[in-house]
Amino acid sequence: MNLLGKLDWGAIPFDQPIVMGASAGMILAVVFVLSWVTLKGYWPYLWKEWLTSVDHKRIGVMYIVLALLMLLRGFADAIMMRSQQAVAAGGAQGYLPPEHFDQIFSAHGTIMIFFMAMPFVIGLMNFVVPLQLGVRDMAFPTLNSVALWLTASGILLVNISLVVGEFAKTGWVAYPPLSELEFSPGVGVDYYLWALQISGVGTLLTGINFVTTILKVRSPGMAYMRMPVFCWTALAANLLIVAAFPILTATFAMLLLDRYLDFHFFSVEGQGNAMMYVNLFWVWGHPEVYILILPAFGIFSEVIATFSGKPLFGYRSMVAATMAICVLSFLVWLHHFFTMGASANVNGFFGVMTMIIAVPTGVKVFNWLFTMYGGRVRFTVPVLWSIGFMVTFVIGGMTGVLLAVPPADFQLHNSLFLVAHFHNVIIGGVVFGVMAGYTYWFPKAFGFKLDERWGKASFWCWLIGFYVAFMPLYVLGLMGMTRRMQHYDNLAWQPWLLLAAIGVAVILVGIACQVVQLVVSIRARAQLRDVTGDPWNGRTLEWSTASPPPAWNFAVLPCVAERDTYWMRKQRARATHDQPAQAVEYKPIEMPKNTPTGFVTAFFAVVTGFALIWHIWWMAGLGAIGAFATLLAFAFRDQEEIEIPGEEIARSDRARQAEIAG
Amino acid sequence: MSDTQYDRAPGDRFAFSELKVEEAGSGVLVYTIGLVLAVILTATSFWVANTSLLWAPGIPLGLATLAIAQMGVHLVFFLHITTGPDNTNNVLALAFGVLIVALVVAGSLWIMSDLNANMMPPTEFMNSQMQH
Amino acid sequence: MNIATTIDAVHREAPLSASEAGPAPKRIVVAFGFWTFLLSDIVMFAALFAAYAVLVRATAGGPTGAQLFNQASVAVETACLLASSYTCGMMSLAVNQRHHGAAYLFAGITFALGATFLALEIREFAGMIAIGATPQRSAFLSAFFTLVGCHGLHVAAGLIWLAVMVAQVAIKGPRPNVKRRLLCFTLFWHALDIIWVALFTVVYLMGVRP
Repeated sequence: MNLLGKLDWGAIPFDQPIVMGASAGMILAVVFVLSWVTLKGYWPYLWKEWLTSVDHKRIGVMYIVLALLMLLRGFADAIMMRSQQAVAAGGAQGYLPPEHFDQIFSAHGTIMIFFMAMPFVIGLMNFVVPLQLGVRDMAFPTLNSVALWLTASGILLVNISLVVGEFAKTGWVAYPPLSELEFSPGVGVDYYLWALQISGVGTLLTGINFVTTILKVRSPGMAYMRMPVFCWTALAANLLIVAAFPILTATFAMLLLDRYLDFHFFSVEGQGNAMMYVNLFWVWGHPEVYILILPAFGIFSEVIATFSGKPLFGYRSMVAATMAICVLSFLVWLHHFFTMGASANVNGFFGVMTMIIAVPTGVKVFNWLFTMYGGRVRFTVPVLWSIGFMVTFVIGGMTGVLLAVPPADFQLHNSLFLVAHFHNVIIGGVVFGVMAGYTYWFPKAFGFKLDERWGKASFWCWLIGFYVAFMPLYVLGLMGMTRRMQHYDNLAWQPWLLLAAIGVAVILVGIACQVVQLVVSIRARAQLRDVTGDPWNGRTLEWSTASPPPAWNFAVLPCVAERDTYWMRKQRARATHDQPAQAVEYKPIEMPKNTPTGFVTAFFAVVTGFALIWHIWWMAGLGAIGAFATLLAFAFRDQEEIEIPGEEIARSDRARQAEIAG
Repeated sequence: MSDTQYDRAPGDRFAFSELKVEEAGSGVLVYTIGLVLAVILTATSFWVANTSLLWAPGIPLGLATLAIAQMGVHLVFFLHITTGPDNTNNVLALAFGVLIVALVVAGSLWIMSDLNANMMPPTEFMNSQMQH
Repeated sequence: MNIATTIDAVHREAPLSASEAGPAPKRIVVAFGFWTFLLSDIVMFAALFAAYAVLVRATAGGPTGAQLFNQASVAVETACLLASSYTCGMMSLAVNQRHHGAAYLFAGITFALGATFLALEIREFAGMIAIGATPQRSAFLSAFFTLVGCHGLHVAAGLIWLAVMVAQVAIKGPRPNVKRRLLCFTLFWHALDIIWVALFTVVYLMGVRP
């Protein structure tokens, strides 16, 4: 019995220069950052204030940091794919052999969906929702930390796969029989499965946390119909997380059992049924895309209402549309496999349901348009992203309705038309949405705004780059090009692929602009400072706090009487003009205590995951025991909360009043 | 949504289990009634599954009904789920969960049986079809 | 603008509805969160149920459920789990009424009944494996072992949790957070019995029919 399981020096791909180069680059970057932190002596601060933090604001920021880093990694995969396809026409083989290319498109999808889009959206929700609800933190702060670090564990495992071993070559959906041991004997699919199982636990915990917070932890007076729309979309998205992620867990568990213990759920022998994997995967997979897009819709609702200076048009219909999408998203999943051979009845039912689900989205688009109509729209960077979204997402949605027609889908399934469609809605919807949210809430998180000019530059590059990169893919799909092709013979496709590669280069410039924007803004933060806490003349409660808010968010929990409560209060204060100095009694506040539980649990999760991937059973056992021991240590801890004395709150609040008045 | 001042935690019989001192008798009574009902329903299930007295095609439906009844007994008598306004959130959450379970199970069964019917023989043919 | 302070001066005459009453008490928040987790767990079981239902006829020439399942054993397991649900309820009553001796006693009985359930199930699995009805034999058996085994794993986890809870009550006393965790445990234990109802009905009772 080998002490290190399947692990040996052959796991490091010394014979693949591109992978070695990328690995070296990644390791150097990590070493550089860790060394810099060590030399500057930042570890105590980082440990105390960030790594062990259970504050939803800090956790939200860390999620977004992870997402931005993984955006770079996933985008690097995109550059490689586009450049490969631009050159690998006819006799040319390009620079990426098939085994590598297959890992690239698999990693691209996995990273972008699970480790870029999800963390970004969850990070924004984490930061904003408790502030908008007028409360001090989420319902389960420690669980929040655990969820963050488990997501980081999944990210770490996927990145380790670049250096040690390989990644899956099955595409990001990993259909059997290809993903079974017989046809994927390497560790790639195991990296995929364990990384996603571990981070999936984290995501489920997040879902539970948000559902409980939004339903049970709101400021006094905040009835359901007085919540900001972003909170409604967060509720719907997290209900979907709670409902859908367990299905993915079960499905991956079944595939893992097939691979590890020779079970026969999806295998050819033993009368397994591979089609069942496809079915169950997409029962999760369709709600997943709504988990991503619903919070983005919420962001647009907030941004458009704020920068139009008007209340959101049709609040009730927005809420109804959101909850309708939540339920309907569980009734359409078969449209991902129309071509798998179901009868016309089944295909027809799901085709019709898919078309129906476009209706509530249309309601939302009209509500946003009517919000802007008659308002004094300020064309700030978040608004630009929103308008870009509305145009782009509608186009993508229309191609989706086209694909919803089964006969059409039979022509277009798994072609580049499909690839163009889902990038159209995901980039136009989710990415534009999180970019808008990032710019909109950045000043609240860090106390200074982002540079506007670089923001506009990055928006235009993203917008133009997106269209140049993906419109050709629609054409190619209609010309018959299949997805995931490492190389092709039809030279008529090449000009379009070259055009798409140019588009990706433009997006690269856009991303570079965002990096520059961050550096420039940090340098100029004195000039860009947000003094009042309300840089955009906002409508919701998060803008009533300082930028950044104190750990306890609100010195006194606000009593809410209506929708857009902060805006209404500003109007009333403007009307009355006099400010009776209220003598406020600042009571001490109990805040949840920071704890290393999340970080340590995630460490053991990585150990266990890595060990299971490489069949190092003793290490897996130790890792599991370590995780359980961490849980016990947390369960038996004596102090759960720290008390912040009234004087400190008073000091902070009075400083803020002075800041606003001055 | 609800018109009481407090919600009830799922599993608690009253809004605050510490405030309202549950009389020893009534608490035990609720659980005991639940146990008796559950035992009756369970025994009936076993009988239904093994008897030849019933019309055979109806037995799965009968078993399903008895199972749902047993789950209901658990929910009402052991978990104290009621339809009162202090329980609205808990009931709604449960209803949502039941809806998802129904969609997943019924939907999967419908789709898989349809696929199996259309893709039946032979196994090699079925596998070569699934290149997606 | 003195926003944060002025609004709190608003006085409320009419009693608030629950949705306006502000953050709920911790016990309600924790229990509702755990309730949500349980519903997610039930969805996971639903996926395993669906897989089982799809694969129930995929015996690959191997043994079928009718040939393998022993109803007497299942009946005893069901009785054990149902009784343990009852004693769990008794335990939570005892905790609420601060009868600590009774609480420990019922906790112990619950543990014993749960352990009996597990022992019987393990014996059933061992018996099946001994005659070659392993999960590797056919897709049906893979699905059976996974579905029933997953429930068994949950029961095992519940027993470990119960032991830790008893230790917590003994060491820390019946503090509010310990009682909240006990409430969560009782929710978990009852939910396991609910899932078992579906399990024994669909797998064993419907399974032994030709």
